[in-house]
Amino acid sequence: MSTLNPTLDHADHADHGDHSHGHDHAHKQSFISQYVFSTDHKMIGKQFLITTLFMMMVGGALALAVRWQLARPWERMPIFGDMVFGADGGQISPDAYTMLFTMHATVMIFLVIIPVLAGAFGNFLIPLQIGADDMAFPTLNMLSYWFMWPAIFLFGASFFMYGGGPAAGWTSYPLLSLLREAAPGSGDAQTLWLLGLTFVGVSSMMGSVNYMTTIINMRAPGMTLFRMPLTIWSMFITAILQAFALPVLTAAGFMMVSDRMLGTCFFVPSGIVVNNAAPTVGGGQTLLWQHLFWFYSHPAVYIMLLPAMGMVSDMLACMCRKPVFGYKPMVYSMAAIAGLGFIVWGHHMFISGMNPALGMTFMVSTIMIALPSAIKTFNWIGTIWGGRVQFNSVMLYCIAFVSMFIIGGLSGIFMAAVPVDIYIHDTYFIVAHFHYVIFGATLFGVFGAIQFWFPKMYGRMMNETVGKIHFVLTFIGFNCTFYPMHMLGIAGMPRRYADPYHFPYLEHLLPLNQFMTASAFLMGMAQFLLLGNFFYSMYFGPKCGRNPWGANGLEWTAPSPPGHGNFDVLPVVYHGPYEYGSPVSGDKDFLMQTEYVPLAQRVAAEEHH
Amino acid sequence: MHWWFPGDGNAYSTLGGKIDDLFYLILVIVSVTFVGTSAALGYALWRGAAIKSDEKVWFSHGSHSLEVIWTIVPSAVLLFIALYQLDVWAEYRMKGFAKEKDGSPKVITVVAEVTARQFEWRIRYPANGKPLKPTPQPDDIYSVNELHVPTGGLVTITLRTDDVQHAFFVPMLRVKQDAVPGKMIPVWFDATMPGNYEMLCAELCGWGHYKMKAMLVAQSADDFEAWKDKASADQFDDGYRKPAE
Repeated sequence: MSTLNPTLDHADHADHGDHSHGHDHAHKQSFISQYVFSTDHKMIGKQFLITTLFMMMVGGALALAVRWQLARPWERMPIFGDMVFGADGGQISPDAYTMLFTMHATVMIFLVIIPVLAGAFGNFLIPLQIGADDMAFPTLNMLSYWFMWPAIFLFGASFFMYGGGPAAGWTSYPLLSLLREAAPGSGDAQTLWLLGLTFVGVSSMMGSVNYMTTIINMRAPGMTLFRMPLTIWSMFITAILQAFALPVLTAAGFMMVSDRMLGTCFFVPSGIVVNNAAPTVGGGQTLLWQHLFWFYSHPAVYIMLLPAMGMVSDMLACMCRKPVFGYKPMVYSMAAIAGLGFIVWGHHMFISGMNPALGMTFMVSTIMIALPSAIKTFNWIGTIWGGRVQFNSVMLYCIAFVSMFIIGGLSGIFMAAVPVDIYIHDTYFIVAHFHYVIFGATLFGVFGAIQFWFPKMYGRMMNETVGKIHFVLTFIGFNCTFYPMHMLGIAGMPRRYADPYHFPYLEHLLPLNQFMTASAFLMGMAQFLLLGNFFYSMYFGPKCGRNPWGANGLEWTAPSPPGHGNFDVLPVVYHGPYEYGSPVSGDKDFLMQTEYVPLAQRVAAEEHH
Repeated sequence: MHWWFPGDGNAYSTLGGKIDDLFYLILVIVSVTFVGTSAALGYALWRGAAIKSDEKVWFSHGSHSLEVIWTIVPSAVLLFIALYQLDVWAEYRMKGFAKEKDGSPKVITVVAEVTARQFEWRIRYPANGKPLKPTPQPDDIYSVNELHVPTGGLVTITLRTDDVQHAFFVPMLRVKQDAVPGKMIPVWFDATMPGNYEMLCAELCGWGHYKMKAMLVAQSADDFEAWKDKASADQFDDGYRKPAE
């Protein structure tokens, strides 16, 4: 249905408008093409959303197993431990522990955070917010969802390989990940993991190409670049980041697969003896993997954050009933984060043995990336300042986003400073930092976005009270779990330790870890409220109209839920997306992007003020 | 409840002290920023909650001068943080390679070669009065999971790994360096006080990553020499004694 030719597109739209009622019946789709192999961006977005929500529970369960071991080392884990580690008496063995945290990170990063942002919300919101009837390449879009499933199966199957799941951390540093003898999980499991990663990459790449094309070519009349909602800007910048960074990871992945299976030596130095195996041959460099991996994975951190930043900007403006403060600085700072994001990867490698002179340049660029983040934070506070704040669950999630992002951003400065990083590198300090950014910021933003756009997805509202309870429990659980990790890091507790209490200087941290684990379980249980609220509201929530929040974006001019082709009337855009509380908006406090205000009225309003 | 730096909170190396100072400096800057932004956020929310129903919101799309202020001020602070750190880093990783003040090349005496492997540390020292050679010598002294170093001056070790990547980490001295397959990495530090400092691995190296428990034993130079003599005597002792006369 979509086309790159705007004139044809418009003609098509007019056609929709005329026959909007008969249309549904005329093209009744089969169950398969409507719900399974759908090419409709909204259905694909929902598929991504529900898949990632379930994956979030899987990743969360893995995290709770990790937390169990840290609170009750070597004790029988009830239920989960009996099921999975029955042979070991329900006890988590040290190699199982390495598999748990490896897969926790893998699931959360590649199957939750990246697809929930770009896959779920990118898909759902991009055509709706720019006034297009679908993505530029609907079939490619469908494939991008279905390429997630081979990845899920490969990651899942890796657990059943001889020796167990991949156990080299989500960063998979060679030689641990590369030589089969190095770890029980470095057998076939690691190969499957690498292939799974490739599928995730292909899925992201198909999305990225689609988003860029759609945003460039398919905007509604009047939707200039600087009238796009910040969500669209963030998705656009994210898509560019993915397009430039992902090929590097894919290439690195193939290089490692070829090292493992074809006997090449990209990452293998000669003369290494692992577990009494024959010495390796070759003249490779293990550091090469780290460079290639982080060249993707550092921009990927921003892929995991920018879309949430954009969505929160949209939600904050709506819930404070006033325009986003400094729209253009917001756009420029996102662009700056993306640009700088490509020259900071070395800060993951300060103590890796790379040329120490590089540490200096990477430190300066890394610390400077805090600047656009700071500008964005100030602008969010400016957006709230002087507004009429609606303290609903959406707003609460957004406040948590800003507040947790402040903590996560500031704790990053410690690691960016090379000398301090010497000490806190690979301790729990970094674990605290990235959970504050990825969970505290991104995931709270996602929770808000679910609550905010749910009415557009299903035509019903989510329950507000349950939303608030979920927020409070998650917020408390989150902070009680992750804030003490800063203290663990300062106390010198290294990450990825199955039993830190093996070391006398860490013994006294056990009670603190037990408190954190209890908080983590509270937080984990609270997510069932979200799932319950989500699925209950899908069928039984109160029905809502087109624009339940009184928001300005184009998506709110479409029916809830929008039919195939999205808009019954072709949207024409006259304003930016944030004209809340505008003097020309008459007796309401918002001015939709499609609402035309005659010149005389605008002049009158200006004279009045 | 001791949730701060390990031990009594002090760093037992000169560089460690500097690292702690920088940590506290950043902590102060970051805390002030956190309190400031959180107060602003809290105040904005409080005002937003208290706004009267007939009151209009502040209809503003932004302020150019505010943007300029909150671009320039943070960038000045951030640049200060970045540049202020450079010297300590240079001391930790680079100045050891630099020439002496009179232009002559710096003489680096390597105390030991530390080789990490799954899951232990093997340490090789040259015999007293000899320099450490890159390849093992017949009179080298070996120890496992116990690294002896002299106090009082800069100590250089050569860090290697036999198998996968590891990291040499002595929390009380604030020293950390990855051991990379195929590379020999010089690490220098000093121990200001004699004592035993825990030493561990900080880079995932397999299932036994958590059990690479070792001890760094800092001794006065004399004690260190004496220990090496004793260790050498123990190592090369074959049990043969001259028959009693």
